[in-house]
Amino acid sequence: MTDATARNGETGPPAEGGLLYGVQPDVAGAAGHHDHPPRMGFFTDTSVCIGCKACEVACKEWNAIPEDGLELTGMSYDNSQGLSASTWRHVAFIEQRKPLGGQDPGVRHGGTGAPGSPSEDPGDVFAAAGRLGTTVPAPEETASGEAAPEGAGAGAPTGEISPVAPDGRTELRWLMASDVCKHCTHAACLDVCPTGSLFRTEFGTVVVQEDICNGCGYCVPACPYGVIDQRKEDGRAWKCTLCYDRLGEGMEPACAKACPTDSIQFGPLDELRERAAARVAQLHAAGVPDARLYGEDPGDGVGGDGAFFLLLDEPETYGLPPDPVVTTRDLPSMWRHAAVAAATMVAGVAACFLGRRR
Amino acid sequence: MNRDDHEHVGPGDAGRASSGRTAPTGQGGGRRRRGRRRGERPVVPEAEFTSYYGMPILNRPTWKALDIAGYLFLGGLAGGSSLLAAGAHATGRRALARSAKIGALGAISASTVALIHDLGRPERFYNMLRVAKPTSPMSVGSWILAGYGPLTGVAAVTEATGRFRRTGAAATAGAALLGPAVASYTAVLIADTAVPSWHEGYRELPFVFTGSGTAAAGGLGMLTVSVAQAGPARRAAALGAALELGAGEVMTRRMGLAAEPLRQGRAGALVRASKILTATGAAVGLLAGRRSRAAAALSGAALLAGSTALRFGVFRAGVASAEDPRYTVVPQRERLRQREERRRRERSAEEHEETGRLAGEDRGTSEGR
Repeated sequence: MTDATARNGETGPPAEGGLLYGVQPDVAGAAGHHDHPPRMGFFTDTSVCIGCKACEVACKEWNAIPEDGLELTGMSYDNSQGLSASTWRHVAFIEQRKPLGGQDPGVRHGGTGAPGSPSEDPGDVFAAAGRLGTTVPAPEETASGEAAPEGAGAGAPTGEISPVAPDGRTELRWLMASDVCKHCTHAACLDVCPTGSLFRTEFGTVVVQEDICNGCGYCVPACPYGVIDQRKEDGRAWKCTLCYDRLGEGMEPACAKACPTDSIQFGPLDELRERAAARVAQLHAAGVPDARLYGEDPGDGVGGDGAFFLLLDEPETYGLPPDPVVTTRDLPSMWRHAAVAAATMVAGVAACFLGRRR
Repeated sequence: MNRDDHEHVGPGDAGRASSGRTAPTGQGGGRRRRGRRRGERPVVPEAEFTSYYGMPILNRPTWKALDIAGYLFLGGLAGGSSLLAAGAHATGRRALARSAKIGALGAISASTVALIHDLGRPERFYNMLRVAKPTSPMSVGSWILAGYGPLTGVAAVTEATGRFRRTGAAATAGAALLGPAVASYTAVLIADTAVPSWHEGYRELPFVFTGSGTAAAGGLGMLTVSVAQAGPARRAAALGAALELGAGEVMTRRMGLAAEPLRQGRAGALVRASKILTATGAAVGLLAGRRSRAAAALSGAALLAGSTALRFGVFRAGVASAEDPRYTVVPQRERLRQREERRRRERSAEEHEETGRLAGEDRGTSEGR
């Protein structure tokens, strides 16, 4: 630990461009690591996420993170809500009235409903949901397999809940995405930490040393992604370490290891970026024009993320900021403005003592 | 909370409960925005936006309002008082110097207690002095306080006991040098975050804070010192109030959407109250503070209250802006849209040039023929 302690927090002189924001090809080198391994990271391909939450569980298990509440949020199948001090992987569930590519979401369950008249499909779960709280259909009506009587859905037109495409498909898709700390090239949390508790590892990732953290909480509002948070019980800040302990042993992080569909891929960042570009091209060719990468651009506001994503909709749909910028980009200007303000204050008060003596 | 003019999915109020149950990108409400990305450009930037069930994007600052907003106020008061103390010391206003020196020590002691109280693990406070990082305003602030605190202590104790005069004078001057740094760095402290209503005002916020600190220090002087000696305090209060109110006005105009939380809800009420208290406190002090001891004391109290209300208002506005994803998403979307537009304009200008050149060549060849 002493080794890491000695190195940590040294972000170097801020005057040298590229250390506070912008393109930074050698993150670990800039932090003072020599002969370091390639920068490692995550590529989370949400197009193959099945929402199994194995990553959440594996992360909790490996890192021995305490339980932080299990509640039914009412937000689809999301019961962990977002990243926090005790949730380092979070699976988002987004329900949308929108088909995914050319696929048939297959939400018509048996029945006689021919395409074109799906609202009469007795197996239409949305039609059934539309009747909830209005008229309870007699059991024999639903069980008989007959078309639902007209009166049953009165007051709750099924069309509101079950928009239907002209070809009879019910347009529904689920987007599932496993979110995690982005391990930014320019990490605001690391830059603002007053104790040097947050440091850049030789793998180019960002880690908190929990024995140094004094719980000032400055990193929490500094993070443009809302990742790091303070754990109320012990007052310290916690977040994903990209399984620093496993990386040191040549293992992959627990979440990537546990992911059954390879939605979470771990490896050298260069390699992941190539793989991601190929995957996006593949999806575009397959008729999913909304597929896009998020956080992979080294020229973006945080200098590119060490953990980036393939998304199927706008970032904010997943609870991600559309154009995050590291707050310390403006820090030199902030200090300049503060210096001028301080000088103004001195001059102003000095002026108050001039002139009349009373 | 008047949000009727915005159709958005936001937390707080009843909005959260209902938005929590709707799909984030539903067809209803015309919130679908697929076409936009493919090049259809709306004439007016839309205020509505998508979010993940209205959940905040940023994590809420973990700081407690009483500790941190209180610290921001006390730091400003201490910094301003140290300046007043040095001026009074130099010009032989003994009572004002005494009151300002003791006021500075009291304020900075209380603020240090608040700061340490806010740490999740106060017993680890000394970790603050492990490193010195210019990229961390909190680290810079810790070192400033480490120098400033003892200086105010020496200045106040020598003033109170009347011993070690020369050391006291040096400490008074030193505290006056560091005082303005204490009052202004706190603006950088909160602006160097991703919280929209704190970050977007980073240019003017230091002026708002130093102005407010000066006004508060002037107020303390008016409250505690006889009218005969409080002249500089009255003038400082008026000057500080003018700086605070002027810079605040410029700031809210430049902040765009992020200024909204400064006008709404409890934060808005606090900011409005601070404006009224500061303006009337300074005006009454200037007009009647010279003649009436009661008026001077009253306006001093109003100035102190106004400075306090300002810090709590700014603090709360920041928290509110972090809790509503709208303040994160909408300006960033707008930024992306403008960038996209600029790129497209450049591209079309290039194409225009290209076609112009080709047309010119065409003409040239046809003419030559």
